[in-house]
Amino acid sequence: MTMNDFPPALVLLLGAFLLPLAGKNIRPLLILGLPLVTLGLVWNLPDGSFANLSMFNYQLNFIHSDSLSRLFATVFAIMTFAGGLFALKQKSVMEQVAVFAYAGSAIGAVFAGDLISLFIFWEIMAVASTMIVLSVGSKICNQVSMRYFQVHMLGGSLLLVGILMHIHATGSTAFSVMEPNSLGTILILMGFLINVAAPPLSAWLSDAYSEASFSGTVFLSAFTTKTAVYVLLRGFPGTEILIFIGVFMIFYGIIYALLENDMRRILAYSIVNQVGFMVTGIGIGTEMAMNGVAAHAFAHIIYKALLLMSAGSVLYMTGKRKCTDLGGLFQSMPITTICGIIGALAISSFPFTSGFISKSMISQSAADAELVVVWFFLLAASAGVFLHAGIKFPWFVFFQKDSGLRPPDPPWNMKLAMIFFSALCIGIGVWPEILYSKLPYPVTYVPYTVTHVVNMLQLLMFSGFAFFLLLPLMKRTLTITLDFDWLYRRVFPTALQNTFTVIWKIDTAIRQAFFVKFNQALTFISQSYQGPSKLLSRTYPAGSMVMWVAVILATYLLLSFIH
Amino acid sequence: MSTTEEKHWLVRPKTIRGLWYGGIAMLTMLVLADFFIHPHPYFGIDGSFGFYSWYGLITCVAMVIFAKALGIFLKRKDTYYDDE
Repeated sequence: MTMNDFPPALVLLLGAFLLPLAGKNIRPLLILGLPLVTLGLVWNLPDGSFANLSMFNYQLNFIHSDSLSRLFATVFAIMTFAGGLFALKQKSVMEQVAVFAYAGSAIGAVFAGDLISLFIFWEIMAVASTMIVLSVGSKICNQVSMRYFQVHMLGGSLLLVGILMHIHATGSTAFSVMEPNSLGTILILMGFLINVAAPPLSAWLSDAYSEASFSGTVFLSAFTTKTAVYVLLRGFPGTEILIFIGVFMIFYGIIYALLENDMRRILAYSIVNQVGFMVTGIGIGTEMAMNGVAAHAFAHIIYKALLLMSAGSVLYMTGKRKCTDLGGLFQSMPITTICGIIGALAISSFPFTSGFISKSMISQSAADAELVVVWFFLLAASAGVFLHAGIKFPWFVFFQKDSGLRPPDPPWNMKLAMIFFSALCIGIGVWPEILYSKLPYPVTYVPYTVTHVVNMLQLLMFSGFAFFLLLPLMKRTLTITLDFDWLYRRVFPTALQNTFTVIWKIDTAIRQAFFVKFNQALTFISQSYQGPSKLLSRTYPAGSMVMWVAVILATYLLLSFIH
Repeated sequence: MSTTEEKHWLVRPKTIRGLWYGGIAMLTMLVLADFFIHPHPYFGIDGSFGFYSWYGLITCVAMVIFAKALGIFLKRKDTYYDDE
């Protein structure tokens, strides 16, 4: 066993057990230090397979190291570090433990070279992320986390059955490129798609991410969907149906975010939107598309976490989350505002931000593959991202009307985390070649041409123009928008309840009818046998009873002698 | 905020008017920039004059209106699920 055989995931997974034992002074050191140790281990891994293990005749491979897995593990480790910095003042140790288990298992899933170890980490992620929501401890969060957990258990079960069928059919546990042409691989694909928040089961994301703590959501946004993007990249590149699913997700995210009033739900819907870009890219499946997806996932984790950090700061300082209650915060929270705007520009793929150099690769790949309709959809969606996240989020939270709230910027650690991620958003946008050199395929794409920059600015600025033109239509209302979860939160429970009401009514009617008949029978019997001469109503003297008892005992005595 | 206190310079009506003028001037310049760049159309129409400008504007208006229309059917009070 060499140094390479030590799975980087174990640092955080074992660290999770250390956190509650460590004192108040040591814990911050672990929270900031262990992700950096993980990062060091990841960067030291050469290409190849390590940590191979035989279990019940099955080959497990805990480290499958190549540029793609190291890229995702890198951004996961950076995310854990910056998120940890942001969450340093989080009082719930349970959340901190859950976060470490969650991040560690995500890194484990990314390095998994076989389906069994992938499934193990996949399930730890599901449990740990549920714990993050649960750790808030409110009644609402208990309900939300159970809904969240059930959806992920469904996904996990589909995945497990799929994996078993696939192993049975192929005789190999290896996690390699698959085609959805057998029941096993289709079930695996469905399991992956549930975690990517694909339709119809996508409501779990906005449901849970808007209820976790100010810091919990920052972590939730990073790992579950992006691990799912990663396994789709590994397992199902070029699967055509993913293009349709991805485009649907893109517009679902935009439309629902436009209708939303809760600031973190707006950002949650825009996760579905951004992941939709990645799923579309995976469906296109060319080298350019795969590079674009990997780069976009990397950039997305950072700017989305940044956006949720700025929303989390607002929540932490004001305790408010609805756009209708917020507004005018830029006056007293300048750093949060600026960092939020940088995140918003990055998600809108503004030139010189990280989103610009990553998302444009996916659009380019659609053009190269001559997918005309997809390309026009992606372009409209790029404009729509600016509309629903790029302007809407900062506008309604930090500007808009004056809510009268004058909270100061959050504590130093939260500011520092936001500044760090803002710097990364701009740094990646200005020096794209650093990220490009880490992508799975060589990059020939040149993001910065005058035409591309001008065209993107035209698209975005006119999208912004549309926003302010239609501002009266965008006025926030105290509403939610029904989603597919309406079926399992409202329709099915109501239907079940009504069914049982009917069953209970019928049951009561049958019982009552029976009792009526029974009473009638009793009355009939008692009436027919009433009177001094009838068998049941005759009176017997006590003496005769005593005599009969004596006869029985005498007979018993006699029989015992005979024996 | 007390009424006597001067509003933040960014939200004074004068600034907002200035921002609108500035914004419209910038949009005009962006459209005119099409004269000076060499488009790389993929499918023809996207190389036409001002394509990215009108496409961005029209698709965004369409998305907002579509969302508005969908909201008529799917919007509920945000206390809808509160009795769970």
